[in-house]
Amino acid sequence: MPKLDLNRVEMPRQDPKERAKNFNEVALGYSDEQAEYEANRCIQCPKRPCVSGCPVNVDIPEFIKAIRDNDMPEAVRILKSKNALPGICGRVCPQETQCEEVCTLAKRDAPIAIGRLERYVADWERENQPSMETKAPDTPEPTGKRVAVVGSGPAGLTAAAELAKMGHSVTIFEALHIGGGVLMYGIPEFRLPKEIVQAEVDYVKSLGVELVLDAVIGKIDTVDELLDSGYDAVFLGTGAGLPMFMNIPGENLCGIYSANEFLTRTNLMKAYLFPKYDTPISAGKRVAVIGGGNVAMDSARCALRLGAEEVYIIYRRSEAEMPARREEVENAMEEGIIFRFLTNPVEFIGNEQGWVTSMKCIEMELGEPDDSGRRRPIPREGSEFIIDIDTVVVALGTTPNPLIASTTEGLDTTRRGTVVADEETGKTNKAGVWAGGDIVTGAATVISAMGAGKRAAADIDKYLRSQ
Amino acid sequence: MVIRIDEKGERIPLTIADWDREEGTVTIVVMAVGTTTHRLAQLETGDSISDFIGPLGLPTHIDNFGTVVCVAGGFAVATIMPIARSMREKGNHVISIMGARNKDLIFWEDELRNVSDELIVTTDDGTYGRKGLVTEPLKEILDSDQKIDRVIAIGPSVMMMACSRTTEPYGVKTIVSLNPIMVDGTGMCGCCRVSVGGETKFACVDGPDFDGHQVDWDLLFSRQRSYLEQEKTSFEDWKRQHGF
Repeated sequence: MPKLDLNRVEMPRQDPKERAKNFNEVALGYSDEQAEYEANRCIQCPKRPCVSGCPVNVDIPEFIKAIRDNDMPEAVRILKSKNALPGICGRVCPQETQCEEVCTLAKRDAPIAIGRLERYVADWERENQPSMETKAPDTPEPTGKRVAVVGSGPAGLTAAAELAKMGHSVTIFEALHIGGGVLMYGIPEFRLPKEIVQAEVDYVKSLGVELVLDAVIGKIDTVDELLDSGYDAVFLGTGAGLPMFMNIPGENLCGIYSANEFLTRTNLMKAYLFPKYDTPISAGKRVAVIGGGNVAMDSARCALRLGAEEVYIIYRRSEAEMPARREEVENAMEEGIIFRFLTNPVEFIGNEQGWVTSMKCIEMELGEPDDSGRRRPIPREGSEFIIDIDTVVVALGTTPNPLIASTTEGLDTTRRGTVVADEETGKTNKAGVWAGGDIVTGAATVISAMGAGKRAAADIDKYLRSQ
Repeated sequence: MVIRIDEKGERIPLTIADWDREEGTVTIVVMAVGTTTHRLAQLETGDSISDFIGPLGLPTHIDNFGTVVCVAGGFAVATIMPIARSMREKGNHVISIMGARNKDLIFWEDELRNVSDELIVTTDDGTYGRKGLVTEPLKEILDSDQKIDRVIAIGPSVMMMACSRTTEPYGVKTIVSLNPIMVDGTGMCGCCRVSVGGETKFACVDGPDFDGHQVDWDLLFSRQRSYLEQEKTSFEDWKRQHGF
């Protein structure tokens, strides 16, 4: 057996000082040599724990072997046979808690950088091969069945791609003016370039999927109308699009955004290019972002790039409980974001014009673990203090938009507004309707939504063929 | 509904003024005030815009209330027309009041007259119809012997607030159509949040119609002014580029 190589290859990144001022991608990707070195570290162990660590079960050792053999078209084929959106997953999947966490070399603190290699393969394809050529060569036998997919985020795109590959006629209905959902409006350019999302959306379209934009299902047509108008099945992948606010005094002052609004203006509407693009944003000089998840990190780093001088992350628990990916927290810290842990806002204070000027916060301490298993933050009485700020971004999470649930008769939902669906099949209690992604789980990850889309597609296929 | 002119354009909310199911057309009326509306005004027959999303929000509550006063300020006469029409079709006695700054800004007078039992026209400067604001005839009607069951007031926010304040002492339910800044128009961003009866609502999905007596008008005014400076920059840029 060859000697284990524990020198995991770091990903080159833009210098923190430089990148804090631009929207270009932070992580620059492996060079050919770096990819080859990292691929060679894989010991091709027979247990293949990484494959079961992946929500869509990519044949990881095989695609790594193809990189090693310098057979890139084969690496692309293996990857894409299980994952329709590798360029996205290679960038935003939390590999450290999935495939890489269970890698045999993780025991020696040097798991193979699977995500970086996945990205390398996807980027190679985009640069070297027009997507039409790598399109599934065997055009499937058309089944004559029609499926409506609602939402073009990770769950919807994956379900649509899978169903199209099975020979069904698929139409995606997207509420916004561009496909991609949260990948377009939420995740910033510097973490996931929109050109890459567009390429992946185009790939799904190249499989024969029709994408209808500006189509707000629940308003323009209801789910029942889709079923009545000739669709044999409907997949709901509408995500968690409803922002949560804190319900504390002053929250409607000007200069206070939901993370959804702040990121939508910045990413989807390209407010960072105002006035070339006509949507404005008011990211001030002193910005406070409330929350400790990836969305909070994204908002804080966008604020910095929009010209803020000081950006705070205000989080009510301690660093250890932050739900954001470690890598994103480190990126944010390197760029100069100021973290205020164990701090919670209690009131926003504004000026005569109705703009926020400061916020009153209270210090917190950690008590006993709560339902989430994390220690419950408790306010320390009398510890209130004021932070001067001119912009606030509330990034406390999102819940599903009630539009679908409220207009679909007989669809079971939970108290949290999520749609009830079988974990394995995505099947809802309503005949002909499946659901997956954040609309079922509440806000989660891109890859878990893709996994749900894929499992639902398999069950929809089974259903359509039994008809 | 929400429209976007092209890839670089802003998404702006507009109200549907009329529609023809057979022709498959929707009528909108806009006043050219900023970049997007000026660009819309420049379009010729046959031109297209990239996005048209809707109908969004909740439809106006139409019922047989009895006597309904429909008040339109400025170009909102186009918005109030289909409401007056539906109210009348439901059997209401419809009194409409339309007001504009001056004679040149009067339009759709006949359209509104045709769907109303009575019509009063006012101009601020007296160049047409009655001189004065729409609230004056509104107050006279409320003071008269007629029992008024509902008022619908649509127009600039200040006008809707004035109408709400006029009707409040009489206890007549007054519905206003709020027009805060919006982005997606589907409940996703919360940009359009308004406070009604002490509760935060999203005008795009919970509205745009709300009880005028419950609206926090100062909040609406300040949030509407959020981007005045940027709107000016954008419009100045556009004017320079287009030789205005």
